[in-house]
Amino acid sequence: MSHLVSIDNVDMRYGGADGTLAVSGLTMRVDKGEFSAVVGPSGCGKSTLMKLVTGLHIPQAGVVVVAGAQVTKPVSIVGMAFRNPTMLPWRTTLENILLPLEIVERHRHRLRANKKEYVEKAEHLLETVGLKGFGQKFPWQLSGGMQQRANLCRALIHEPDLLMLDEPFGALDAFTREELWCVIRDLHAAQGVTIVLVTHDLREAVFLADKIFVMSARPGRILKEHHVPFARPRDLDIMYHSDFNDMVHELHGEIAKARVVA
Amino acid sequence: MTSVTETPVATLPKKPLSARINWVRAAPFLYTLALFVLWEGLVLALDMPPTILPSPTRVFQAIVQYWSPIWKNSLQTLYTTTVGFAIAVVAGLAIGLFIGWSKTIYAGLYPLMIGFNAIPKVALVPILVIWFGIGTVPAVLTAFLISFFPIVVNVATGLATIEPETEDVLRALGARKMDIMLKVGIPRSMPYFFGSLKIAITLAFVGSVVSETVASNYGLGNMMSSAQSQFNVPLVFAGLLMLAVEGIVMYALMAWLERRMTGWAHRSTMAQ
Ligand SMILES: Nc1ncnc2c1ncn2[C@@H]1O[C@H](COP(=O)(O)OP(=O)(O)OP(=O)(O)O)[C@@H](O)[C@H]1O
Ligand SMILES: [Mg+2]
Repeated sequence: MSHLVSIDNVDMRYGGADGTLAVSGLTMRVDKGEFSAVVGPSGCGKSTLMKLVTGLHIPQAGVVVVAGAQVTKPVSIVGMAFRNPTMLPWRTTLENILLPLEIVERHRHRLRANKKEYVEKAEHLLETVGLKGFGQKFPWQLSGGMQQRANLCRALIHEPDLLMLDEPFGALDAFTREELWCVIRDLHAAQGVTIVLVTHDLREAVFLADKIFVMSARPGRILKEHHVPFARPRDLDIMYHSDFNDMVHELHGEIAKARVVA
Repeated sequence: MTSVTETPVATLPKKPLSARINWVRAAPFLYTLALFVLWEGLVLALDMPPTILPSPTRVFQAIVQYWSPIWKNSLQTLYTTTVGFAIAVVAGLAIGLFIGWSKTIYAGLYPLMIGFNAIPKVALVPILVIWFGIGTVPAVLTAFLISFFPIVVNVATGLATIEPETEDVLRALGARKMDIMLKVGIPRSMPYFFGSLKIAITLAFVGSVVSETVASNYGLGNMMSSAQSQFNVPLVFAGLLMLAVEGIVMYALMAWLERRMTGWAHRSTMAQ
């Protein structure tokens, strides 16, 4: 089976030769269609990992290969969503969601002629995340949770093969978060998109992912890779099972240890 | 959409007059009126001769008496100011976008701009006169030179403060620098741009009047300086009053334009 993402022995240093070494000897693989989560102590290089995979940063050593090609510039088969929804306030929510289509090479020339089709798609996505009818509202007329839902739509509109999520639910309340976990779970099941999720919430990682990578403290590398055994489709109830809690507990112990070693 | 239905107001007791006036809207007029009253009172109380401080009634009398030259010169000043301002808007926008485009250009040109801005523009008028002769051209150019700086700085700031995360999202999609500028940079810098127009238009008046005062045969600046040499102090004050009126009107126009064009910026906090 071919890997969609493979990272081999990567070093990434910020700010010149004596800058911060963010990740070192980083090696990991993500299979096509898989849902992976990355957890680790704060500042260990998780966001850096995201930027390496999307080609926003090019490593000083090692290779990053995405979809069979070495990453030397931004790869356009990805969708990204951050903790901060970064919606553009002068565009309506719908126009914000359509933004990637104005950029991605494959779509930008078709957008004008096929506007209707794309708008329908965006509206369908909005419905999927529970924002039906909010397309004409401006982002600042939406709550934080609603903006984050719209942000997910924007990350998905151009049908990326790879979805990179950097703590997308970090700023949300517990109930909204659980609701969006289910949205992501269903999107993953329905579209077969490969997802890499960075998170601080271990329950989120175990609930959603097939595979969990635990990173060391900075400079980050992969300490351990866990396979999550729970069968899909998963229900929120599994969080009250003892197997689930044992796994969360184990991850918690590993990260606590990684922090102390640093 | 919810429709607002007007519920008929039950017979309320008639409010006293003071409660029916919108004091906030009336305030600018009342305060202006108060200023004139105070001024008039001061002149009367101190028994000022009109050659030192003319009373407002004297000034208005002068406006009526010299209406024809005041009108012509006001139009001339408005003309040089708006032409200079218009050039400043175009050039300021272009230079602002150019400077904001790259960190290197920003670093290289910024100190030059600061240095240029520190030069008192009145010192440039003689040079402009050598190049273009006296009259309309140096006034337009002085208005331009003095007002384009705030526009440049504001546009460049708008571009330079794009959130890195927004840029990352777009770059990961394969966006070129041009895409990021068109989709994010320029719309984002518009509130800064329209905000700077209010400052720029008032500065443009300063520029054109300064130039007219020293190097022109037309305009309010020239009218006031020749009135001053004839000790016609009420006419000098009439000129000042006309300038103030033109300044307020143009400022209000810019403020209205700002609200019209960038309403979203007032309702949202740009950096969330
Ligand atoms: N643009 C940058 N310039 C310089 N150093 C940076 C930059 N971005 C990150 N770093 C450094 O690299 C290290 C890893 O940063 P990164 O953002 O990848 O951490 P993280 O795991 O995402 O942290 P968190 O969990 O807090 O989001 C940090 O020590 C940080 O100081
Ligand atoms: Mg991070």
